[in-house]
Amino acid sequence: MSIRLDKVDYIYEPDTAFPVHALDHVSLTIRDGEFIGLMGHTGSGKSTLIQHLNGLVRPTSGTIYYNDRDIHGEGFSLKELRSKVGLVFQYPEHQLFEADVFSDVCFGPKNLGLEKEEIQRRARHALELVGMDESFYSLSPFELSGGQKRRVAIAGVLAMEPEVLILDEPTAGLDPMGRDEILEQVKRLHEENHITIILVSHSMEDMARYAGRLIVMDHGKVQFDGTPVEVFRHYKELEKMGLAAPQVTYLMHSLREKGWDVNVDAITVAQAKQEIMRVWKKH
Amino acid sequence: MNKIIKIAKLIYEYAKYGDEGEVTGKTRAIDDVSLEIEQGDFVAVLGHNGSGKSTLAKHLNAILLPTEGTVWLGEMDTKDADHIWDIRQRAGMVFQNPDNQIIANMVEEDVAFGPENMGVPTMEIWERVDKSLRAVGMTAYRRQSPNKLSGGQKQRVAIAGVVAMKPDCIIMDEPTAMLDPHGRAEVIETVQELNRTEGITVVLITHYMEEVIHANRVVVMDGGKIVMDGTPREIFSRVEELKSYRLDVPQVTELAYELKKEGLPLPDGILTVEELVDALCQYV
Repeated sequence: MSIRLDKVDYIYEPDTAFPVHALDHVSLTIRDGEFIGLMGHTGSGKSTLIQHLNGLVRPTSGTIYYNDRDIHGEGFSLKELRSKVGLVFQYPEHQLFEADVFSDVCFGPKNLGLEKEEIQRRARHALELVGMDESFYSLSPFELSGGQKRRVAIAGVLAMEPEVLILDEPTAGLDPMGRDEILEQVKRLHEENHITIILVSHSMEDMARYAGRLIVMDHGKVQFDGTPVEVFRHYKELEKMGLAAPQVTYLMHSLREKGWDVNVDAITVAQAKQEIMRVWKKH
Repeated sequence: MNKIIKIAKLIYEYAKYGDEGEVTGKTRAIDDVSLEIEQGDFVAVLGHNGSGKSTLAKHLNAILLPTEGTVWLGEMDTKDADHIWDIRQRAGMVFQNPDNQIIANMVEEDVAFGPENMGVPTMEIWERVDKSLRAVGMTAYRRQSPNKLSGGQKQRVAIAGVVAMKPDCIIMDEPTAMLDPHGRAEVIETVQELNRTEGITVVLITHYMEEVIHANRVVVMDGGKIVMDGTPREIFSRVEELKSYRLDVPQVTELAYELKKEGLPLPDGILTVEELVDALCQYV
């Protein structure tokens, strides 16, 4: 599996006095098995970008390839693409509408026209993947907590058995433990089920902890693309884009300025701890 | 000191209904909470989803009324229907979603909406709008359409709308949950400034631990009760206890706590990068 964008432009209201260049010549490749963190301030183009990845929005110019096939080319099924590239929107729990949890998760596969048995197998498997056992099946979504509702919504997308899962700020509005639970589930989907993950988040700390590659959008362009360590080295430029680096990155830079011989590439609590202890023990 | 908010033995229950509309049970969202907040305080309220913090906040300006117990805003009992408009004017609320709170086609009209409904004379409305937009740093955008603003700017307009009603108190229910880092900083700085220069009491509900360090008091809720109450430093010294309530500490506080466990001589409850740098540099 790979998704490749070749010089993709997207312009809102092109024929008016106020055209907005939401994507500006974006070229990038998403390879099988990656865990990508997608960052950018509100309005930077990241939501527009993810809507291109499963064909919800058609580029003004440029081409998007899924496994080397043009997704807007002749004979390409966008319906099939959307089952391969699952998109979990912001506040996905607002989209739960069935009377009970199990029926809601069945909705997607049902629309694929699958046999009843296969639909139910997929729904059971998807709910298992997000850590919800049979005791939840017959509950109304209204009886669930915020974090549980969100997991049901994610299961609804997983039941399509996607190869790529795109999550747009899946932890917004959740308490810290709820945030960790969702992200740990996503990490397991990546590691154990080999689903390619694209995670949109405003939490630099979460990005540092989970992503293997970071893509930073600004003014519709890809400004940085690299490992979290590489990208967070540009923390001053990130700040100018309305973003930041993890708190410990600032700490490491301050310590270095004060003469500590620490590696400023530490971006997680565990890495920072190791570095500080190493220098501490030398004294 | 002057108590702006007094909550005495507050209980709030809501009923659960079955398929036929019959009452099948009750959920107690607030369970015997007593709390007093001083005029001019900046109080952060923490708690996991479902801990009762939003329900508590909605009692402060009579959106919800107590099942048992009493809530006073100044001298006014929120149950007293004669005072409801005074209460809502004196305790303004800002919610999570910036797109749900703005109604006018132009920023200044949106800010004028509150005082206009209160029957404030026209000239004074404009004075209030000017002052409120200045207070949140949005004067340059006054004739723009709210549609063209960023999330952080929209929230600042929503705050200006509350400020224009000359409240004693602003209650904010996760005002930054949907914003990017820059937008979050914008909103928190605006609120701090209003607290410091105008003396407006702030009650801030949030899941972002970094926002809490600016408060002078932190209240933690769990299961509808207040389980912790103290300064940010006192609260963030109790890392394990916070985690048991599904909460967390700022990343730098966590790191200091981990380093302390390894035997480094650090004080409890480090809140900022500067504090940890200073503490470490005393020794090396």
